Amino acid sequence: MPFLRAFGSWLPPRRVNNLELAPLVDASPGWILEVSGIEERRYAADTDTVAGIGLQAAKNCLENAGANAADLGMILVASGSSDRFCPGPASQIATGLGLATTPALDIPVSSAGSLIGLILAAQLASGAGRVLVVGAEIMSRRVSLTPEGKNTGILFGDGAGAALVDVQTGFARVADFCLFTDGSSAEILSVRDGHFNMDGSAVILHASRKMPRAINELLTRNQLTASQVEAFLLHQANLNLISRVAGALKTPQEKFFTNIARYGNTSSASLLIAADEWHRERSATLAGPLIFSAFGSGLNWGAMLAVPR
Amino acid sequence: MEPQARILKVLQKVSGKEISPGADESLFVSGLLDSFALADFVTGLEEEFGVTIPDSDLSARKFDTISKVEAYLAAKS
Repeated sequence: MPFLRAFGSWLPPRRVNNLELAPLVDASPGWILEVSGIEERRYAADTDTVAGIGLQAAKNCLENAGANAADLGMILVASGSSDRFCPGPASQIATGLGLATTPALDIPVSSAGSLIGLILAAQLASGAGRVLVVGAEIMSRRVSLTPEGKNTGILFGDGAGAALVDVQTGFARVADFCLFTDGSSAEILSVRDGHFNMDGSAVILHASRKMPRAINELLTRNQLTASQVEAFLLHQANLNLISRVAGALKTPQEKFFTNIARYGNTSSASLLIAADEWHRERSATLAGPLIFSAFGSGLNWGAMLAVPR
Repeated sequence: MEPQARILKVLQKVSGKEISPGADESLFVSGLLDSFALADFVTGLEEEFGVTIPDSDLSARKFDTISKVEAYLAAKS
């Protein structure tokens, strides 16, 4: 199995705190913080595009890796909020990197798209060599900042993350994964006619059971316990949900890296933004296993195990 | 213990509240459940009644009153 070589990210500079959002959705700043754990989120400028912010994260990742775009064998781009349904942002990001023939594919799956990208990259790297995975979202354009839309409007922010999966070198080796799809509940989480729709109760109910189950499956078949895991990197959906997953795994929440308080839920970008911040904040060599996990539209969910090389 | 009493026991445990809603009263309106407590409620029901609730049944509408929960569990047994 290949290696995780580097991460990267890009966040728009505009910060939107709960004080600014509260009157738009007819709620108090305290309520927003209590139900979500979010203090502020970033919003893209009117001139930003999903492909544009994805390109920034892609460049940041390549810079962190000390790699050139010309070395890439493939690009995978996850987004549930792309400006154009087809073609999605992947080909534009490849063009932005100066690539004219490198295959670049879209993964139109909100929230779980980056996890799917990482797992596909790990599978394809043996042929492609180096695969760049990007998650880019401008979700603020897909939600309604109105009293009727407050349950989803308060959660989302904009941003992009990236990861370089390399068949030859990296700081952690991808060791195993599990990925699941269940279309029978697809309606609880969707983007339709440009607007994001979510049945919050149902999503939390599914996610709080499916994510721990997927993680436990990986741990069990690799003879690992949750206590042996160095860090859990999850889709940053909601701080309360991450607490539930930690509780279900009977693991201290401190092992779960979170940055949702500062960025909100950036959908498919969140896993890679979190991974990039986690990686930058640590100075020591990786000593234990890493678990990545996400849940999103489809429904798609799963987990990935990476171990020190 | 009757099924409704056992359901109420699980409810009060996950919500940490001693209130007893009517059988057809919304558990969300009564303040016993929110989106996150609902997940614990479903897990608590599985443990209390020794059943497995499949993912295909994970809908808040199935668990929003004691009567609905009782009917659901009766159909499972």
